Amino acid sequence: MAELKEFLKKILSLPGLSAYEDPVREVIAEEWQPLVDEISVSRIGSLHGLKRGEAAEPHRRMLLSAHMDGIGMMVTGIEDGLLRFTEIGGIDARILPGTLVTVHGRRELPGYVVQPPAWLLPDDQASGRTVDMKYLFVDTGLRSAEVSDLVRIGDLISFAQSPIDLTSDWVAGHSLDNRASVAAVTACLQELQRIRHTWDVWAVASVQEEEVLGGAFTSPFEIRPDLAVAIDVTFARSPGSPAGYNTFPLGKGATIGWGPNIHPALYESFKTLADRLDMPWHDDLMPRMSGTDAMAIQVVAEGIPCMVLGIPLRYMHTAVEVVSMKDITRTGHLLAQFIAGLDADTMPNLRWDDES
Amino acid sequence: MTPKKAALSQVPKIEKAQIALLERLSNAVAVSGAEGEVRKIVMAEIKDLADDIKVDALGNVLAVKHAKTEPALKVMLAAHMDEVGFMLVDGEDGLYEFETVGGIDARQLPGKPVLVGKDHLPGVIGAKPIHHTTADERRNVIPVDVLRIDVGNENGKKIHAGDRATFATRFQRIGPSLVGKALDNRLGVATLIELLRHSPAHIEFQAAFTVQEEVGLRGARVAAYALNPQLAIALDSTPAGDLPRWDGEESPRYNTKLDAGPAIYVADQGTLSDPRLIQHLLRTAETYGIPCQMRQPGGGGTDAGAIHKQRAGIPVVSVSVPGRYAHTAALVARLDDWQHTLALIFHALQDLTPAILEPDRS
Amino acid sequence: MKSLIKKLVEAVGPSGYEGAVRDLVKAEVGKLADDVRVDALGNLIVRKGNQRSDGLRIMLSAHLDEIGLIVTHVDDKGFVRFTSIGGVYPRTLFGGRVQFLNGSAGVIGGEKIDSADKVHALDKLFIDVGATSKADCPVKIGDLAIFERPMIDLGNRLVAKSMDDRVAVAVLIETLRTLENSPHEIYFVFSTQEEVGTRGATTAAYGIDPDLGLAVDVTATGDTPNGIRMAVKLGGGPAIKVRDAGMLSDPRVVRWMSDTAEAAKIPYQLEILEGGTTDARPIQLTRAGVPVGCLSIPCRYIHSPSEMVDTSDVQNSVRLLTALLSNPIHLK
Repeated sequence: MAELKEFLKKILSLPGLSAYEDPVREVIAEEWQPLVDEISVSRIGSLHGLKRGEAAEPHRRMLLSAHMDGIGMMVTGIEDGLLRFTEIGGIDARILPGTLVTVHGRRELPGYVVQPPAWLLPDDQASGRTVDMKYLFVDTGLRSAEVSDLVRIGDLISFAQSPIDLTSDWVAGHSLDNRASVAAVTACLQELQRIRHTWDVWAVASVQEEEVLGGAFTSPFEIRPDLAVAIDVTFARSPGSPAGYNTFPLGKGATIGWGPNIHPALYESFKTLADRLDMPWHDDLMPRMSGTDAMAIQVVAEGIPCMVLGIPLRYMHTAVEVVSMKDITRTGHLLAQFIAGLDADTMPNLRWDDES
Repeated sequence: MTPKKAALSQVPKIEKAQIALLERLSNAVAVSGAEGEVRKIVMAEIKDLADDIKVDALGNVLAVKHAKTEPALKVMLAAHMDEVGFMLVDGEDGLYEFETVGGIDARQLPGKPVLVGKDHLPGVIGAKPIHHTTADERRNVIPVDVLRIDVGNENGKKIHAGDRATFATRFQRIGPSLVGKALDNRLGVATLIELLRHSPAHIEFQAAFTVQEEVGLRGARVAAYALNPQLAIALDSTPAGDLPRWDGEESPRYNTKLDAGPAIYVADQGTLSDPRLIQHLLRTAETYGIPCQMRQPGGGGTDAGAIHKQRAGIPVVSVSVPGRYAHTAALVARLDDWQHTLALIFHALQDLTPAILEPDRS
Repeated sequence: MKSLIKKLVEAVGPSGYEGAVRDLVKAEVGKLADDVRVDALGNLIVRKGNQRSDGLRIMLSAHLDEIGLIVTHVDDKGFVRFTSIGGVYPRTLFGGRVQFLNGSAGVIGGEKIDSADKVHALDKLFIDVGATSKADCPVKIGDLAIFERPMIDLGNRLVAKSMDDRVAVAVLIETLRTLENSPHEIYFVFSTQEEVGTRGATTAAYGIDPDLGLAVDVTATGDTPNGIRMAVKLGGGPAIKVRDAGMLSDPRVVRWMSDTAEAAKIPYQLEILEGGTTDARPIQLTRAGVPVGCLSIPCRYIHSPSEMVDTSDVQNSVRLLTALLSNPIHLK
């Protein structure tokens, strides 16, 4: 687990905003290279790792999709050397003032999100209320002329927060949504080195989930899996968050999704397996859509039976998200054991409960 | 006039058997994502009617009846099996918090009986006694998250979070009307079964009984991709909003009117129907003297919205049976509107040839 | 090129009913193309060239359709109620004139409103076609109309309805004329139903299965008094889109476009549009994914009956597209 944590911290320290995933993809590819038989990149940047099954061809295919893109910001204007910006992915403007960022100009510049005083803002942005994102600046500390040389419209701004070990098990950082799941898929691939499986496994680090589910709509079209699992973070219970059915205790197990995006037979299989492995888990009820890659994967081409696994995470879409390593390794283990159990009977047995 | 009358006599009739099937379909519970009960009825009804039947990865029933002659036009007809409803999400001792699935107005919920879980256990959605409310409070909508489904402490052990529920309304035929909880879109499902039974020999008939329409046209999307038709017709139910206006003035807005026949779509939120298909339906209605109406262009949508964007594009049109009070405990439709819808599509298919696609879309 | 633009912007083609505009384009491109076809959704797909070993299959997309109105009801006195096709702002409507596809004309009136500084909601407006009853009303439910407004030529600037996106249609036609000896197999797509959700480009892209996609569309500007904050101005050159509300351009495509503009000494601007999207959105998500970008023509007063473009931006757009397509492409 120590190694997995080091890998996770390494990918947390890299940018990789939606549509600009290259920096993080390279490091994931390096990690996956020895764990898979083939590695490739889709036409829009998703990473595909293929680990072949041991059986006579043709093999059934299982797809694991964990998005690697993170949220961040983008420069929209430069005024007196200060940067205006917009968001990539969904950001609550209230978390921004005072946040350390990196501006990816001609070279990387440290920056700081600043909130102008009320007297410089329109009346509706009065003191004591939230200042809209469009009125915030990033200050790089450089003078106007230098900023104009180094930065232009469309340059990215990422969170500069380094990962923090809160405890031996809990890690804080930005982009844990969804690099935590990339780590879980990596843990699964590691375990698959030691166990026999007959199905081909396609590990996908997908792109642009936060914006358009870009990787999830496209990679399955190319791979045409028989089954798919989307692995994403879900809401851990935290101060101020609702205590209801859609939040989960941190470090007390992964979640198994249930709802229209999920094939009921897969739900049953995962639940049974988790119990057999004596692993804690929770139902993640998704009455409508899952808000994950599975929303897209399920409706690619002729349709793909899908499952959603969730890793509880606190403070989603801030620079200090918190996750438990134990939940990550449990998720990886559950995936690997599920894959080990896939055989020639899996698809014929994947039935609707109304089918005799 | 004579051939027209002769043709009319071949039209499948809505009789006791068809109404009985609609009753079973309407009373079955099939909330989006859990369409099993309706699927089971459909599978049993069509097992001898098609050459090739399969259930796909989302739970759509795709049934193909091959044409007897060549060249045959591949025509997809889609009707969604799912209905709006609820999912229990949390609770104990028989009292459950729930979420709505599909578009349901929260004002429709308090004080309604419901059916819960696979065994259709009876339950109720209660409301605070009027005695404990204030006048101010009564002007506000009761939000869904304070409502509970109550099945009683004993049955509480037989259900759990994740189960689905619907309004409990039983199907009735009242005079000229059909009343039921899920006539949106079991009317379409029943129509499609009848059309499959009476499909013309020159058409490659692709019936898609789809899932998850109410949560985003998801079943139709993969169904259309798989079937890859040359054109498609979505059969659905659409609101009839032809009630009196508060001030007695003529209302410019009604969507459709009851007793005015099948509603043909020009434009809704998801689709601009193919003008070639609209014209074909209007011509058919005129030729055979079938009443029909144009649905008012505007919001809402059908499976057509997903179908026409599949692959390199599929010409579509939607036809709906008008019905009052959709997405509430009871929908009211007219038997005559249903019969005319069946007749319109039946004749439209009989008279459909590949020539319809020869001119480019206007 | 002004006469071509005038012909295109004065044609009638609301979403879903683009036939008349398509016929105009067909007549312009017929002799220049290697193949011309119309698909199931009415997209006009014009192929030029065959793919050489160092070439790509490229889809360019400019939409034929314009926003418009559709009849929802004719009342007993012959007044016509309507709803919008595409993003119509009610504030642009009152007092405007419309032209129906069937040739009828009308003027938009409105119900009495409480105060003079309020805008009519869509359902408080109606079209007066000069009828006195349902019986003598020349239009019926489902009939479509567009805004009647001829082009005016202000010298360097042109104003008309449907500059969005007929000016880009003109740019594609001119590029097709200019382009010689490209290594690429290029599909000039004149797409349909963009204004109602980029529907035509969705199916055209599936059919073409391109290696690279470029939308050509208009974009807003931030250069008018107390306007939106946006670093694009009229006359500042074609805009290379970095992102809009529905899509992030492929960064490799943005680099290729800006490097090409710089090498060819064509002025350009980088664009971030915070509302709206283009045909590039569906192209990106087609099949196994397609690298996309968008060349935008700056345009003021978009989705009003008087959209304004700068002729130098239009000409530079043709130059930039031609430069982009004339040589092998190595995305990096």
